[in-house]
Amino acid sequence: MIAIVQLTLTDLGLAALLVLANAAVDLILRLGLGRRLLLAAVRAAVQLALLGWVLGLVFETEGPGAVLLVTLVMATVAGVEAVRRGSRRVPGVFAASIGVMLVSSFAVTSYGLLVVLDIPGPWYTPQYAVPLLGMVLGNALNGISLGLDAALEGFDEDRARVELLLAHGATRRQAAAPVLRRAARRGMIPILNAMIAVGVISVPGMMTGQLLAGEDPGTAARYQLFILFAIAGAVALGTVGVILAAERLVFDERDRLRVDRIRRVDS
Amino acid sequence: MDSLVVRGLTRTPWWRDLDLELEGGEVAVLRGPSGSGKTLLLRALADLDPVDAGEVSLDGRSREATPPPVWRRAVRYAQQGAPCLPGTVEENVAAVAALLNVPPTPVPALDPRADASRLSGGEAQRLALHRALLGAPRVLLLDEVTAALDRPAAAEAESRVQAFAREGGSVLWVSHDAALAERLGAREMSL
Repeated sequence: MIAIVQLTLTDLGLAALLVLANAAVDLILRLGLGRRLLLAAVRAAVQLALLGWVLGLVFETEGPGAVLLVTLVMATVAGVEAVRRGSRRVPGVFAASIGVMLVSSFAVTSYGLLVVLDIPGPWYTPQYAVPLLGMVLGNALNGISLGLDAALEGFDEDRARVELLLAHGATRRQAAAPVLRRAARRGMIPILNAMIAVGVISVPGMMTGQLLAGEDPGTAARYQLFILFAIAGAVALGTVGVILAAERLVFDERDRLRVDRIRRVDS
Repeated sequence: MDSLVVRGLTRTPWWRDLDLELEGGEVAVLRGPSGSGKTLLLRALADLDPVDAGEVSLDGRSREATPPPVWRRAVRYAQQGAPCLPGTVEENVAAVAALLNVPPTPVPALDPRADASRLSGGEAQRLALHRALLGAPRVLLLDEVTAALDRPAAAEAESRVQAFAREGGSVLWVSHDAALAERLGAREMSL
């Protein structure tokens, strides 16, 4: 196996020069994004440095406590972020998003660890549990935020049609179905596109990482496929879960569509 | 016997302690200035909007004791603006007929294959009234359903509503048309 090239801080400094290309575009086109760009780059650096440090600690500890704590924090932050990305809020949406994020990503990760990978150690072996959950969460976040936003937008903007169906005797589910279908599609399209593009248009991140770390390409490809399937499962579970939760939140006990509960925010 | 009975209905700041009785076969026209809560009242009666207090019953059976879809099939609301579902006129009727579990019937004077999203305001209102009459509701709550129709088309819509009332249905019709109540021989109410 080829030795792994260690990245030094100087190397990362050189990589950061590439962000300058972004800054140059900003300057030439006067996009006014300079400050945000700088903040985003610094934020990414700080977050990854922290992640590296925390994972270092987690990898050293034994027992499930540390892994559970890290994964709970990750899932909670992802659940909050999924709502914050959207343009609409409804009371209870943060709890719903966090709950859906936890259930979908934990279910899929557990299945992946215990059934598919059948890892040699306990389920909380950080080497497997943390990166797998991280990949699943990052992508489930996308599906959940898109699906949630599409559902709330649909109920808000398509109120007349939803109420038309309600007024003619539709159940809540019958009236909400067109909105829910559109929202599910919106949430799942990115992962469908990713599965189509993978290997032809793009070399995905996890496979890139494994190849750079010296792993055999065949193994890297198999791991990538496993991850893609896990992500697809989590996105499907999460998207369906969150749009059904959105449905519950915007209808009341008499199946009335309560658009007065939906609040628009600048996203 | 009273068909639709409303007692003490309150939704502040629009109306407070509102009482209303509609007998089977009765047509009432509800008028009032814009913003007085006429649409809100129809929506509340159809159980599409909540109220602060009050009771509504149909043929002696309270609304709370009736599942929402069953209530709304019986107390039918035709929305202001006559929204349509995606698809053709025929598909719009079929979708509603399927919900009501009745056979679809053609809309008079409308091309069944016309795209419902491209209908004129008047055509959409014809479709809306037709949908509202499907499946023989007990009460019709009509919200400005002829506002975009020309006189002959409005007269035809009025005669459809009168025929519905002759068969025992009750009608509460919100309209800005000052002569509507007189033409229909209906009771006039205001908010």
